[in-house]
Amino acid sequence: MIAGPDERLREEAEPPNREDPRTLTMIEPRMLLTGNHAVAQAVLLARPQVIPVYPITPQTPILERLLELGDRGELAGELITVESEHSAMAACIAASLAGVRVFTATASQGIALMHEMLHYAAGARAPVVMANVNRTLASPWGFWPDQTDSLAQRDTGWIQFYCESAQEALDTVLQAFRVAESVLLPAMVVTEAMYISHTLEPVDVPGPEVVARFLPPYEPALRLDPARPRSLGGTATPAQWRANRLAMQAAMGLALEAVTEAGRRYGELTGRGYGPLEGYRMEGARVALVTAGGLAGTAREAVDRLRDEGVAAGLLKVRLFRPFPAALLADALAPVPAVAVIDRNCSVGSGGIFAQEIRAALQPHPRPGRRVFSYVAGLGGVNVSVERLRQIARDALGRPAPWPEPILEEALVEDGR
Amino acid sequence: MTDRFLSGHASCPGCAVALGVRLVLRALGEDTVLVVPPSCIAVMMGPLPLSSVTLPVLQTAFETTAAAASGLSRAYRARGEAVTVVCLAGDGGTHDIGLQALSGAAERNEDFIYVCFDNEGYQNTGNQKSSATPWGARTASTPRGKATRKKDIIEILAAHGIPYAATASPAHPDDLARKVARARALTGTRFLHVTCPCVPGWGIGDEASLRLLRLGVEAKAVPLYEVEDGLRYRISHWPEGIPVVEYLRPQARFAHLDDAGIAAIQAEVDRRWDALLWRAARAAEDPSTAPSAGLSRAH
Repeated sequence: MIAGPDERLREEAEPPNREDPRTLTMIEPRMLLTGNHAVAQAVLLARPQVIPVYPITPQTPILERLLELGDRGELAGELITVESEHSAMAACIAASLAGVRVFTATASQGIALMHEMLHYAAGARAPVVMANVNRTLASPWGFWPDQTDSLAQRDTGWIQFYCESAQEALDTVLQAFRVAESVLLPAMVVTEAMYISHTLEPVDVPGPEVVARFLPPYEPALRLDPARPRSLGGTATPAQWRANRLAMQAAMGLALEAVTEAGRRYGELTGRGYGPLEGYRMEGARVALVTAGGLAGTAREAVDRLRDEGVAAGLLKVRLFRPFPAALLADALAPVPAVAVIDRNCSVGSGGIFAQEIRAALQPHPRPGRRVFSYVAGLGGVNVSVERLRQIARDALGRPAPWPEPILEEALVEDGR
Repeated sequence: MTDRFLSGHASCPGCAVALGVRLVLRALGEDTVLVVPPSCIAVMMGPLPLSSVTLPVLQTAFETTAAAASGLSRAYRARGEAVTVVCLAGDGGTHDIGLQALSGAAERNEDFIYVCFDNEGYQNTGNQKSSATPWGARTASTPRGKATRKKDIIEILAAHGIPYAATASPAHPDDLARKVARARALTGTRFLHVTCPCVPGWGIGDEASLRLLRLGVEAKAVPLYEVEDGLRYRISHWPEGIPVVEYLRPQARFAHLDDAGIAAIQAEVDRRWDALLWRAARAAEDPSTAPSAGLSRAH
């Protein structure tokens, strides 16, 4: 279930031979892309038919690239430059219910403004796919990464993926369409302001034939169609409303399987397999750094250094946040005595949001001596260095007793740990 | 004529909105998909799993009617399907909470017909004032009478330069049907404003709506006209010009007004009518308002 580092190194699939002309169609061109342009490239490959968008920093390069592709005739979809994010999501939902594939992208205040319609999309079972670039919420204004904008949408019924890199963003957008359209729930692909959105990386881009095999055209069984008049969204009785929510909950269960299947199938076709979680050097780990998004990249480096220093550290990256892969997490963390959850977000008055979820996931699986610590680090886009993550790992190993309160990185400095 | 709005729905007896919806749907084709936000109309569309109409309906969030219609219209175009998207909204959903989305869609000239059934308040939630409530009217949220004037939604829409904006009345069904037909013949954003007396909200008898509406039209309080491309005004019914008090007196919401209050409303009605005459006269004389003078529309 957990895609290990070996899988990511293309063990499963035969690597394409770049010298052999017979395999040309299978060769992935390697492009130098920012995270935002990687998302746009995935959208081009996924061929959505309606794309309502509204600009917001740091998402704007996604919008600009899509409009440029549309203007050049490379992207055939209807691009709607709406007057707000709220309208973008309303247009997405309606278009999806008319039976077309839809995409939009936003960030920060934009996703906050959409909040009402995020609930609406999930309740209407519209498989909208949206990229969200994590960015701080005002007030005060800020332009750097913080996960609170998307994590605050955790109860809306959206599937949520967190991406570590531009490559993962491209791959995950394609998988999100496949998953969302198979279980009829909307899906959010989350990247990160600046560190991912505006950073150039070499990205392997699958060819259109590969994507066509992975992602069939979207043709829903039910849609708004004058030839078969049906209404959507009318008033429900309490029992009907409950049935709707129970069906959504059941679909989220299917989504967990669908995410796993899509990640495996994508690996077969491209050599890059994915799972809901990804473990890195977790074998025999005495301390696990658990995190999501761009921080995972830094954490890999920290784990390598710690291992070099003789500290048995590992990384568990949470790629899928909704549906929350609780059982998989419990399995992956079962042998680890010290768990350091690192949140670049803060539910003010409680603490790190991933830590809350992970503690709840582990509660039915008690293990004597296990301590789960919640570290809140990098708020507002403050850099979280390799050194800081090593410090967190050592801090977690050095705390013998459970520590229910969130541990703020500033406290680490003051304690000199 | 095919009725696409069926009997057995949940409107109040004597509801002018229900009649207006029936008349509008009669004038539309089978290739229609409706968008309805929360409103009296949403109640009339029927609770799940029932429907009062023979057309597909999307019930959307309150402020999203025109945005949802934009998404629908683009989706059908992307699929190569000839579908007319028609919004049926109230005045709260149009003049207040939905105005931003409507203005955005009108600026983009999205291809749909938007019909606002204006009963001058949030009647579905028990008669609170909206920005379409006229000066002086008592509502549940303006117990001493509304202190500000009614928002002129037609002029706002016309100012976007959309292909067609018109006012109509369910008490003038032939005129209403002709305007729906005219809207259908055009593409782009088309807007119809249908004034509908509200039996409980306005404090009138359940037999009184249409008679009252005719008084409003003849008193110039409810002018019937159309505007093409935001430029070419045409008055479609010339009123007799009866005193507005004849329209106000049957309505309980104006019962508290004294002579000065009635005179203030008469002055407001006269001011708006004069402004309409000025626009219509200017349109008739000015060659820049000719149909060929408009900017070409990109889509």
